[in-house]
Amino acid sequence: MKKQAAKSLRVFAIELAVYAVLVICYFFLVLHLLGEWLYRLETQHRYTYAVVAILLIAGQAVVLDTVTTLLFRLLRGRWK
Amino acid sequence: MFFPISNSHINPIYLVVVGFVIGILGGFFGVGGSFIAGPALRLMGVDWNYAVGTDLAHIVGKSIVAARQHRALGNVDLKLGFFMAFGTIAGAECGAQLIQALKRAGNVNIVVSYVAIVVYFGIAVFMLWESQKTLRSAKGRSPRKGSGVKDDHSAFGPVTQKIQRLKIWPMITLPTSGIRISLWTILLVAFVGGVFSGFLGGGAGYIRMPSMVYVLGIPTHLAVGTDLFEIVISASYGTISHAIKGNVDILIALVMHTGAVIGAQIGVVATQYFAGPKIRLAFVPLPLIGAAIVIYTLMTGHKL
Repeated sequence: MKKQAAKSLRVFAIELAVYAVLVICYFFLVLHLLGEWLYRLETQHRYTYAVVAILLIAGQAVVLDTVTTLLFRLLRGRWK
Repeated sequence: MFFPISNSHINPIYLVVVGFVIGILGGFFGVGGSFIAGPALRLMGVDWNYAVGTDLAHIVGKSIVAARQHRALGNVDLKLGFFMAFGTIAGAECGAQLIQALKRAGNVNIVVSYVAIVVYFGIAVFMLWESQKTLRSAKGRSPRKGSGVKDDHSAFGPVTQKIQRLKIWPMITLPTSGIRISLWTILLVAFVGGVFSGFLGGGAGYIRMPSMVYVLGIPTHLAVGTDLFEIVISASYGTISHAIKGNVDILIALVMHTGAVIGAQIGVVATQYFAGPKIRLAFVPLPLIGAAIVIYTLMTGHKL
């Protein structure tokens, strides 16, 4: 049981490290590119901005959830 | 990092950490976590209107992740969630109208603050009493063969059963939750949660999750998962409404959400190791934190 818990913790720590690298890349690439466009959209087309905002947050939720789940499965399989 | 929409400079690591903490709370208790996110954004100098709207957008993303994870564990009653979403949206509109009426009367802050303190304390005291009584009675009971952490008991059970016996047409069968109940009871619970959401702000999960357990008789694990699913629908509505009014900085919400994804997954997994009454007992400090923030605001005049 303890061995299993230690293995899960190790996998989780690796997952966090990989995830952190992905998130940093995301900050610098995606948000930097989107920032100016979203700002203009918010000031000039409020209704379009509202739709884009909800699609962005929902899309990010699905993508990141899938990425972390896959990452966790992949790492668990590798460390078995 | 500069966020041009709300014209604020915030360290992204701070946002990720705040998102992570709220993610854990959301995944474990089925709450939106607005009582932490709102003050946390205010502390970084984000205007109050942006703090409220941005928090709602972040809640949508975090709840999608947590609800997906709970669904994989069989903790979401989709049918119940859809019915509740209607009641919540209607209630939220009524709560917002109530706020407008109080604004016109000129005493909105004092009324909302006192109602919030009474409601938060009431929930905390009731849940503390109920969960402790249930845990004490469970000690004397021998566990049933094959019963797991999802096998739920409540000291409030007899009252819940009486509510379930109210035969007001149309009666709805919820196979996932294992109950048959009047649609009006479901809508009323959701409506009351919605009124508090519109009146006090946030998703009002601190009211809806306990009322799903005590009034509708939904097992705690299912109440947490279903509440999250319902929050996705009602918070999406709130996000669109706030975005149109110019109260959402989606860039802040996206950054916060990167931390919430991991936190929500940890919270969801943690529910598998705790029985219903223990989750309810651990829930007690949440409304108390909410009450403490309101008391601080009343005493100092600073809105966190």
